[in-house]
Amino acid sequence: MRHKEDRRDPCPKALVSVPGWEHFPHDADLGLCGWGATVAEAFEQAGHALTAAITDAAVIPRTSVEVRCEAPDIELLFVEWLNAIIYEMAVRHMLFDSFAVHIEGERLEGKLQGEPIDVRRHAPACEPKGATYTALKVAKSPNGIWSAACIVDV
Amino acid sequence: MDPALFTRVDPTTWRVEPTGRMRVPAIIYADEDLIRGMDDKVFAQATNVAMLPGIIGASYAMPDAHWGYGFPIGGVAAFDPAQGGIVSAGGVGFDISCGVRTMLTGLSVSDIMNVQKSLADSLFQNIPAGVGSKSAIRLDLIEMDLMLAGGARWAVERGWGEWRDLERIEERGTMAGAKPEMVSERAKERQRREMGTLGSGNHYLEVQAVAEILDASVADAFGLLKDQVVVTIHCGSRGLGHQIGTEFLKEMVMTAKESGIELPDRELACAPIHSEVGQRYLGAMRAAINCALANREILGHNARRVFGHFFPDCALRLLFDVSHNTCKVEMHVVDGKRRELFVHRKGATRAFGPGHESLPKALRSIGQPVLIGGSMGTSSYILVGEATSEAKAFSSACHGAGRALSRHEALRRWSGRKIVDDLAANGILIRSPSTRGVAEEAPGAYKDVTAVVAAAEQAGLARRVARLKPLICIKG
Repeated sequence: MRHKEDRRDPCPKALVSVPGWEHFPHDADLGLCGWGATVAEAFEQAGHALTAAITDAAVIPRTSVEVRCEAPDIELLFVEWLNAIIYEMAVRHMLFDSFAVHIEGERLEGKLQGEPIDVRRHAPACEPKGATYTALKVAKSPNGIWSAACIVDV
Repeated sequence: MDPALFTRVDPTTWRVEPTGRMRVPAIIYADEDLIRGMDDKVFAQATNVAMLPGIIGASYAMPDAHWGYGFPIGGVAAFDPAQGGIVSAGGVGFDISCGVRTMLTGLSVSDIMNVQKSLADSLFQNIPAGVGSKSAIRLDLIEMDLMLAGGARWAVERGWGEWRDLERIEERGTMAGAKPEMVSERAKERQRREMGTLGSGNHYLEVQAVAEILDASVADAFGLLKDQVVVTIHCGSRGLGHQIGTEFLKEMVMTAKESGIELPDRELACAPIHSEVGQRYLGAMRAAINCALANREILGHNARRVFGHFFPDCALRLLFDVSHNTCKVEMHVVDGKRRELFVHRKGATRAFGPGHESLPKALRSIGQPVLIGGSMGTSSYILVGEATSEAKAFSSACHGAGRALSRHEALRRWSGRKIVDDLAANGILIRSPSTRGVAEEAPGAYKDVTAVVAAAEQAGLARRVARLKPLICIKG
C-alpha cells in the first residue's frame, strides 16, 4: 500500500466566513492560513496568523514598513510575502498587526504596521524562521472565497 | 504509521523497496512502537527523498523521525556528484548547523543545589533568549565576513572562547569551504545583532546532572561521572542560516526544472552539486555552519562567565560540539569502495565510530560523543558513535526525542505556568520569556527519548554512555 499525499484543504473555515485566519497543526512547526474576498485579503489575514503564532498580546500599529516581493506564481508569492514579514520582524525586532497588500501580476507591494517587540508585554512564544512550501495552497473556493496556507518553520 | 507499509528486516530496521521513481530503498530505524507513533508523512517524505538524483545506498530515517518539509526531520541521505548527485537546501533545512554542545563543569549536584535559583536567574539574565532578545555583540560587514570564514576559531580569537575548545568542535571549529561572499546582504543584516543569542522554540541552555552511567569505560574517557554537572546548549545559525535557507530554497525551486530535475515535492528543491547554484549554496551553507559554531562558542563563553561568578575555580571543559542540520563532504565505504559523498543530515547527528581520522586524539580510539537533547523535563543522553553506524546510515544517529504532538495540541493540553510549577516541584527550574512558549515545548509533546536512544543503540547507530537529568533550563 502506498501513501497518498494529503491534499485535504488546510483552510476549511474559509468556506464559512470572510475574512479570517487560523492555525493548523504540524508535528514540529505550525500551519497558518488566511482567507478573504480577494487573494490580497487572504494574504493580509495570513499576516495576522503569523503574528498570532508569536504572541497573544495586542500589537499597536505605531510604525509603518513597506515591503516588495515577487515570484513566478501566486503560491510562491505567498511564501515570499510571509518571508518578507519574517525578515522585517527579525531585523527591526518588531511585531506587526496591520497588513495591506496590493498584488499586480507577479509582484506584491505590502505595508506593515506594528511596534518594537516588548518582551515583557508580548511574551513572544516562538520565532518564525521561514515559510515553507509544505501544505502550500492558494486557491479560490467554489463560493468565491480566496484562501492562502502553508507551514512556517518555527 | 502502519508497520505493514514496510518489510521488517530486524526489530529496529524497516525497509521499503524501490518502486516507481524511487532510485534506492527507504530505511527507517525504529522499534515497532516508534514506527506506529510516526506520522504517515515520514513514509511519504523518506520515499520522496529516495527519488532524488545521485542518491547512494538508501534514504534513511532515524528513530526520532517526524514530519518535516521535504526531508523528514531525522532524515539522512548521501549523494555522489559523479552520478549527478544533488545538494538540497530543503535537505539541510532553515536552521543550518543547529546543534548541541555539552560542557563538563567538574561540579557535583550538591554544589549546584546550594545556588540553583540564583544560577538560573543569572544564566537567564546573561544568555539572550527568545524573540526580540538582543546581543551585546554587533558585527560590521568586515567582522561578519571574518566570522563566516572563521567559525568558532573567530570567536576564540576575539576572546569569546578557549583555544582548547576547538579540537572538540566538529571541523575543529572552522568549516572549510565557506564563502561569505555567497551570503546575501539580507542574511548578514539578519545576523548583525544575533551573535551569542539562543533563539527560541526548542533551543535551550540546560544545566544537567549525570543521572546514570551506562558505559563506564567510555564515560570515564569522556570525563563523565555520576552526580556531576554538565551544561548543554542547543542552538544554531540564527537569522543568517534561516535567511540562507529561505533564499536558496526559492532559487532551487525555480532552477530545478532547468537542471532536468523533476521534484517529487517542491520542498525537496535541489541543484546538482556541480552546478553554479549548488556551488553557491555550499559556500553559503558552510558559512552558516561557521556562524552556528561561532554562536555556540560565544554562548558557551557566556555560560562560563556566569559559572565563574558562582564557582571561581570552575573551568567548563568542552566535551563536544556537533551539528544536526548540515550537508557535509565525507568519505564512506560503499560496495567495498571508499567514495566522496555529500551527506545530508536534517535533524540527525553525525556519529563517527572509533578510529575516525577527524576525531581528536583523545577521542579517536573511543568514538565521537553523540549528544541527544531532551525536552526540559525529560532526560538527555550522551552516546558514542559505533563502527557499525557507517554501513547503517553513513555514520549518523538520532538527534533528540523528536516531537510527538503539534504545538497546537500541546497548547490545548498544557498550561505553561503549571509546567513551570510542576517541574520546579521536581527540582527543575525553567526560565523563559514566554509561558506559552513553555507550553508549546511541554516535555509531554515529545517522544520518549529513552525509547528513541534505545532503538538507536539496538540498530547499531550509536551506543548509550550516560543519561542526564535537567536541573535548570533556559528556554527561548
